[in-house]
Amino acid sequence: MALTTPDLLALEEQVPRDIARTVTRGDRIFRTLCASAAAVSLFIIGGTALFLAIKAVPALQKAGLVSFFTTSVWNPTVGDFGVLGLLIGTIIIATVSLIVAVPLAIGLALFINEYSPARIRRVLTSSVDLLAAMPSIIFGMWGFFALQAPLVGVAAWLNLHLSAIPFFRLSEADAPLLRSSFIVGTVVALMIVPIITSVSRDVMAQCPRSQCEAALALGGSRWGMIKEVLLPFGKAGITGAVLLGFGRALGETIAVALIIAFTVQANPHVLEQGGGSIASLIAIKFPEAQDLEISALIAAGLALFSMTLIVNLGARAIVRRTQIAA
Amino acid sequence: MTTIQSPQTAETPAANRQVVSSEILPEEQHPSSRIDATDVTCWFGKRKVLERCTLSMEPGEVTALIGPSGCGKSTFLRSLNRMHELVPVAAIAGTIELDGVDIYSEEMSPTEVRSRIGMVFQKPNPFPAMSIADNVLAGLSLSGMSNEDPKALVEQCLRRAGLWAEVSDRLNEGGMSLSGGQQQRLCIARALAVHPDVLLMDEPCSALDPISTRVIEQTIRELCEEITIVIVTHNMQQAQRVSDKCAFFLVESIGDPGRIVEAGPTAQVFENPSDPRTYDYVTGQFG
Amino acid sequence: MSLLDERPVDETPVPEEPVQEPVEEQVPSRPRALVRSERVELLLAVASGLTGSAVMCLLFDWTQPLTFAIWALLLFLGSTYLLARDSQSPIVATDRLITTLVWTSGGIAVSVLLWMLGYVVVKGIGGLNFEYLTSDLSKVGPLDEGGGVFHAIVGTLEQMMIASVLSIPIAILTAVYLHEIRGRLAGIVRFVIDAMSGLPSIVAGLFIYTVWVLQGQGPSGLAAGLALAILMIPTVTRTAEEMLKTIDDGLRESALALGAPQWRSVMQVVLPTARSGLITASILGVARAVGETAPVLLTAFGSSSINWSPFNGPQADLPLYIYQLLRQPNPAQIARAWSGALVLVLLVLILFVLARVIGERGARVRGGSR
Repeated sequence: MALTTPDLLALEEQVPRDIARTVTRGDRIFRTLCASAAAVSLFIIGGTALFLAIKAVPALQKAGLVSFFTTSVWNPTVGDFGVLGLLIGTIIIATVSLIVAVPLAIGLALFINEYSPARIRRVLTSSVDLLAAMPSIIFGMWGFFALQAPLVGVAAWLNLHLSAIPFFRLSEADAPLLRSSFIVGTVVALMIVPIITSVSRDVMAQCPRSQCEAALALGGSRWGMIKEVLLPFGKAGITGAVLLGFGRALGETIAVALIIAFTVQANPHVLEQGGGSIASLIAIKFPEAQDLEISALIAAGLALFSMTLIVNLGARAIVRRTQIAA
Repeated sequence: MTTIQSPQTAETPAANRQVVSSEILPEEQHPSSRIDATDVTCWFGKRKVLERCTLSMEPGEVTALIGPSGCGKSTFLRSLNRMHELVPVAAIAGTIELDGVDIYSEEMSPTEVRSRIGMVFQKPNPFPAMSIADNVLAGLSLSGMSNEDPKALVEQCLRRAGLWAEVSDRLNEGGMSLSGGQQQRLCIARALAVHPDVLLMDEPCSALDPISTRVIEQTIRELCEEITIVIVTHNMQQAQRVSDKCAFFLVESIGDPGRIVEAGPTAQVFENPSDPRTYDYVTGQFG
Repeated sequence: MSLLDERPVDETPVPEEPVQEPVEEQVPSRPRALVRSERVELLLAVASGLTGSAVMCLLFDWTQPLTFAIWALLLFLGSTYLLARDSQSPIVATDRLITTLVWTSGGIAVSVLLWMLGYVVVKGIGGLNFEYLTSDLSKVGPLDEGGGVFHAIVGTLEQMMIASVLSIPIAILTAVYLHEIRGRLAGIVRFVIDAMSGLPSIVAGLFIYTVWVLQGQGPSGLAAGLALAILMIPTVTRTAEEMLKTIDDGLRESALALGAPQWRSVMQVVLPTARSGLITASILGVARAVGETAPVLLTAFGSSSINWSPFNGPQADLPLYIYQLLRQPNPAQIARAWSGALVLVLLVLILFVLARVIGERGARVRGGSR
């Protein structure tokens, strides 16, 4: 039954059949069910954007759309609302937390992946997972009561020795150092370390071992291998991880609300008392708010939603791209 | 839901499974069927991987598909039970008939085809969440069938697969607690429980040790009396030991689709092949 | 002019067979240079850090203990590098420094966790007694003794159940849609799940507030459950999808080859095999939601008395209870808050350990298949 090539050329070219890939009724129902479940998430996100926008309109009309985002004031009785200071404050707190969190998180990721002996590795991964599960209110309480005193000392040290950096200066010599953006940022940093660590770990674990071993075989030290092979490989993924942490820090509410001395004005002196974020604004003002103020809070929430959405989608896109490539 | 009666062949009193193979069964109790593949061509997207394969797989026989790796043997096998189309970009041309009925036509649904043409895979994969007994019966509930006497069916299938003696006292243990060879025999028993007419085997012994391999080859020889078997194998000695008929697949050069170069009775293909390429392969010149 | 010159001229020295000297004689009896062990260098570095900082504090009259500690740390790191550099190459010294830094970060992470847990236990254990666990705050004024957390526990448990019932089936079916069915919407859905996973919890609370509470339903435990479900769905979906990915494709193929339609293959083979992983994913989702304060603040409003009905009227829950007590600056309230915090931490720990145990047991069952 062998067909030689001349025979084949004499025959017509075949065309793929139209197969009736009949999907059973059971499968049809099942797929519809799963698709509906998946669609719920679509409705939630879409609904959030839509309803928040609708309910935000009254306050935005009263305060003026432009001035809502360009002034720093919160006066419900007059209907004067402006969240500029809080937008800046949100970014200040998130930035401080990134500065503290990123070295710690990457060090942790490297430690777990590359340095730690097997027994310690289990302890460490469990610790990181447990830190991730800790409620933010516990962080807030501990940060306020336990961590503030030592951190005030650190703030004093920074102010004393590093006042070349403008952010570390104080507006006046005796400004209180409690309840500052610095302290809040440090606490929030500890909250975002787990997510940066675990995403960075996943990214670095995908680096082909053969490349890493080649670097070591060339006579390099472990740090050399990490610097030349591992970190460049994981650059994109780690950036994504850091962005994810940033997004999380932007949205952190309760720890900030508990610790910071809330003010609507932006305070660039991070070591000093006073600051605020959009999320803490909502938490603090909500219990007593009425009608128009609630609408203003919803408008602020919409601004926060947009900020975190953009940051998170960017971060996830970067991380997914590294996973597909790996 | 179709109710399956356990065929009379099961109630052989002796525990020794060799007894089953020596019985001559009456014609009407031969549930095995013939498969006729005509001009089967398979694509994955734009890439043609098989061209105009024509082969008849006779009832009650073991047909071996041999050839070097990458020649499309597994693809051909998977087109016989409509597993090929599970890949989204897969396409097929030609006809494959089970007892005269085109399995790709509207008359048969893929699930019906697969319950009549069973398959055992290269890597044994009993369902981890089920016990041994439940694994055997899994095919029934998965294809929507029922059975009046599940316990008897479990015993019958395990006997036919040559596993009963080893597991009869631990049917409720998990399927993963068995060795590789035992797991593969469990998968064979599982496939047999839905009473297929044909059993396809894709290199069933390649992941197993020699002793398990021998047991499974013995099982195949016994099963082929009642079931048509098509087996893909890399191992030429295995093909000679186990099969009645062989089909030799080959790819001419890189990028070409696979074709059947020669097919015929096993003895003839190995001792007196008509095509020089077959001769080269079976004498070990390549592959 | 040595003795050798007096050899007779015609006696050419016959080269003798080289004598096999014992190996020990070829090793110098003293090390060429000082090779310090790593342990010695570590101790030296610690010592120099501490003494150096002490000297500086005395000289410059710094009194803050934290200043001392920071300088000690910096000097320690510097000495680590310099000592290594002294005896070995710069590459090794840098490597040693980085290793020290990395170990330090590990130490910081564990210390922070232990400090936090320890602090909560120490501050909260005093108020934890039977009365506390079984009464609410309805008959107790801010300055009084007594009162308890029971109403908050009830609220937490009820809201968690509502959130779980709503979110877990949706999340698992979504994971099935993404991984098993791979429908046309899969790309968009994954995008949306990513977006949802970054949703600040307070925004989820705001959403439910606007569409449910404001529309006339009023605050309730159910509203809180809805908000928490929104937070749980992306976490559980993502983890569930990861679990489904670990299931060997051969199992799906075997099920289909037996004549199964896809839905039976998923429901009878894939999901049962992934069962423990899915349970772990769900428990982790619950653990995350149980600690959320902000969404509950905006939807259930909190309460000081027990509200057994989650469908009607404001309800308390543990994190909200703690938060609202903390806002009142008097010692009795703060003490109650700490005890409530201890109860919350214990709840999270229980869930965490449960997830671990189930996850490991399941991995062992699945681990049989290569």
